[in-house]
Amino acid sequence: MGNKQTIFTDEQLDAYQCFFYCRLHGRYHELAPHLVPMDYTNDPECKLPLALIVNMPELKENPFRNRIVESFSEDGMGNLSFNEFVDMFSVLSEMAPRELKAIYAFKIYDFNVDNYLCKEDLEKTLNKLTKEELTPEEVELVCEKSIEEADLDGDNKLSFADFENMITRAPDFLSTFHIRI
Amino acid sequence: MEVDSVFYTDRSGRVTSNPLLDQLPSYQSLLYRRKSSSGGTKRRGSSRTRLGSSGSGKWGVSTISRHEEKQKSQTEQRPIRELTKSMAEKRRDNTQRMEEARDLSSWRQWRRSTRRNVRRLRDDAHEWLNSLKLWRGDIHLIEGMFGTGILSYFSFLRFLVLLNSVIFLLMFSFIMLPIILVPHASGNTTYNQYDGSECSLYPSSSRRGLVIFHEHITDLLSGGGFLEQTYLFYGFYKVDKIHFPNFTYNVPLAYLLVTVAYLFLSLIWIVKRSATGFKRNLVQDEDRFQSFCNKIFAGWDFCITNENAARLKRSSLLYELKTDLEEERIKQKIADRTRKEKCRIYVLRLVLNLFVIGVLAGCFYSIYVATIVSQEAQLNDEKENFIMDLIYEYLPSIVITLANFITPLLFSVIINFEDYSPAFEIRFTLMRCVFMRLTSIGVLLFSLWSQITECGEESCICGYNHKLYSCWETRVGQEMYKLTVFDFIIIVAVTIFVEFPRKLIVKHCDCGLAKWWGQQEFAIPQNVLEIVYGQTICWIGTFYCPLLPAICTIKYFFIFYIKKVSLINNCRPATRPFRASSSNFFFLGVLLIGLALACVPVSVSVAQINCSQACGPFVNYNTSWEVLPTTVSQLPYGVKTFLFALSSEAFAVSFFVITCLAMFYVIALAGAHKRVINQLREQLAMEGRDKRFLIQKLCQAQRVSAIRSPVSKSQPRTSRSSPSYHTSFSNNFSESVFLAHPPPDSSTHV
Repeated sequence: MGNKQTIFTDEQLDAYQCFFYCRLHGRYHELAPHLVPMDYTNDPECKLPLALIVNMPELKENPFRNRIVESFSEDGMGNLSFNEFVDMFSVLSEMAPRELKAIYAFKIYDFNVDNYLCKEDLEKTLNKLTKEELTPEEVELVCEKSIEEADLDGDNKLSFADFENMITRAPDFLSTFHIRI
Repeated sequence: MEVDSVFYTDRSGRVTSNPLLDQLPSYQSLLYRRKSSSGGTKRRGSSRTRLGSSGSGKWGVSTISRHEEKQKSQTEQRPIRELTKSMAEKRRDNTQRMEEARDLSSWRQWRRSTRRNVRRLRDDAHEWLNSLKLWRGDIHLIEGMFGTGILSYFSFLRFLVLLNSVIFLLMFSFIMLPIILVPHASGNTTYNQYDGSECSLYPSSSRRGLVIFHEHITDLLSGGGFLEQTYLFYGFYKVDKIHFPNFTYNVPLAYLLVTVAYLFLSLIWIVKRSATGFKRNLVQDEDRFQSFCNKIFAGWDFCITNENAARLKRSSLLYELKTDLEEERIKQKIADRTRKEKCRIYVLRLVLNLFVIGVLAGCFYSIYVATIVSQEAQLNDEKENFIMDLIYEYLPSIVITLANFITPLLFSVIINFEDYSPAFEIRFTLMRCVFMRLTSIGVLLFSLWSQITECGEESCICGYNHKLYSCWETRVGQEMYKLTVFDFIIIVAVTIFVEFPRKLIVKHCDCGLAKWWGQQEFAIPQNVLEIVYGQTICWIGTFYCPLLPAICTIKYFFIFYIKKVSLINNCRPATRPFRASSSNFFFLGVLLIGLALACVPVSVSVAQINCSQACGPFVNYNTSWEVLPTTVSQLPYGVKTFLFALSSEAFAVSFFVITCLAMFYVIALAGAHKRVINQLREQLAMEGRDKRFLIQKLCQAQRVSAIRSPVSKSQPRTSRSSPSYHTSFSNNFSESVFLAHPPPDSSTHV
């Protein structure tokens, strides 16, 4: 931010905490200084592409960075406007409620975007996590066991209800599903 | 993909969900679920009621709108930023609320704006308080580099620094401050009389004549000499009462009560801190079968920004998954064991446990012998030379440290032969190490006690060996002081002389030694045991050495920076990852064991052993505890009878019975809840199946009716190029009466 002045309306500031918003705008601006305007009162249309956002230091090492950005973008292709950018970091901050995080976690892990975490989604998640260092039999076994653990309605895939039921009992979820910015 | 009447495939072959499912109230309500008290932020404690969807037109069912108006008033309470909608919708909501606000009376407007301002103020205050936390930046850095497991160790260290500084504040303000203030507040003290008996003889231990420099160092390191008659030790507080202008301050009573208070305060603080961890651990233990899901969906630490840390996290996750798979295999193997094998294993385990007990007994005996040798050498007036003096002073500490170094290695070797499952192996080894560490302090104190109360053939005149220990509390305080100092020296020495060279060797030398030794791992359990050991010494020693908490605060302060530097420069995270959720509970559990163990020697010495007649505040009493009954007997009649009633057997028995009843009730309640949870879980599964069944039936019925009526009013399926959901959960159906989409191969499909 430095000595530049960012301009927002009161209602925009009201929706989020003031300093959080301004700090995020600074980060958004530095991703593409020529594209991002400083004056937001007229609601400019400005979207940054996926490739720029996944190179942020907070996201660079995350195996799910592409999916994270895609699930917060309106068009599903990963182009984020500033509002969506703020949305993303606020959901991933430590102050977001658990239900909100669960909803977005479900979207992130749903690779084929069909409202269900099927076996292929789980396999893709696992491979991204371990960078394909497990043997295919082990991957198969782990996915089977996970679905067995969490599937309540017996359809061999995890619906949002199954996922939410499982993630509320996962002890590490709140502490790991957050990004500090 | 099989043809399913519930889940349709669109032209590109992707499965989109039946729009009917999206309309279900349960799906919509998932978006605005009732908040549980344990989730989310700490500030929001009250649960909010369910809210319906705020977009009324979408459903087209009139009954919903009535329900909705009732809900709208409740939407007021929920800040917009928590709603799960896109920014555009949130802005629309905001303008809607602004418009509504203008319609409200001025009273409501004012109430709303004050509520908002108060909330903002609270948030800001919270943020400011968080920024004041000690070492926030350092811990943030460690978290980014090493993840949440090691972070929990450092926040545990920070907690201990705080605890120790609070204990020191207690001791200082209630015991030292009155004594310091005496000349300034024009009070006068009554000292304890020197009544001429030989029990009250306290020869001065300060050195006379020409004092060689290294003797100062010996004094500093052992707490003797010039340090003995200072505020540092119990013996200095030889004050009975302080008479201030307005009131009399009873120093012995204050000393005793502060001791009880700091033990109680530590207990409450630790229990409060571990309450959340315990709840989570209880849930986790119950659902042990959830471990795979937890690792896949909550395993990756999103905080990691460092490439090395990411690589390590990945390998640790891999290791965890492989370990879990291995455990499954071993469980299978255990289930398949024959009877003969079982016998063999049990006999082997018995033998090895006896061996472990033998090793422990040997260690304890050597600590006992070392203490006796050390005490005799100290009481001997012949001083040989500087180094030998120091070694004799520190002999118990040296033996304890050696034992605590060797036994974990031994235990980790033995456990391999006992053939337990990997998770149980880790826990069992840890338990053995905890037991070893904490009991060694107890053995030291026991050997000291046996020395103090043994007077040769005849029984002790003063209740303790006054010839050798004219002020035995100070002597015990000195031992605790030496243990603390030695502990600190060892930590610093190991870091400088073992960890740094190890890193240099591994980095630059390519020999077999480097490969076998490997890079240093930050072993969290061993480090935690180290600081719990130090804290237990602090708890025991504070009664005899009131300045010990301050010394421990400074010690932990330096240990933080030393460990941080060592971690960043020398270590890689442990291959056996320690999860943040269970680690908090483990740390505090071990700390509680330490506290329990610390209470035992303190209460024994307060209640049983005769206090010194030559020094300290309790000279006019037989035991330290006696000051309490004496004071109570001087209180007014009503209070006295009340207090006596509280300590009578009748009260104790009825209190015990009531506590037992309460405990049984709570246990029964917990069991009932568990059963209810299981039932609900089954019910949930059943409901899911019901839902699928009903939707199938509905689709069949619609298909039949669609085939029967040739002109169908079916709308073309809105082909969506974007995914079936995005940040806005709005369903873009404009029809008021909803018809099912016919299956793709129907002839009526447009």
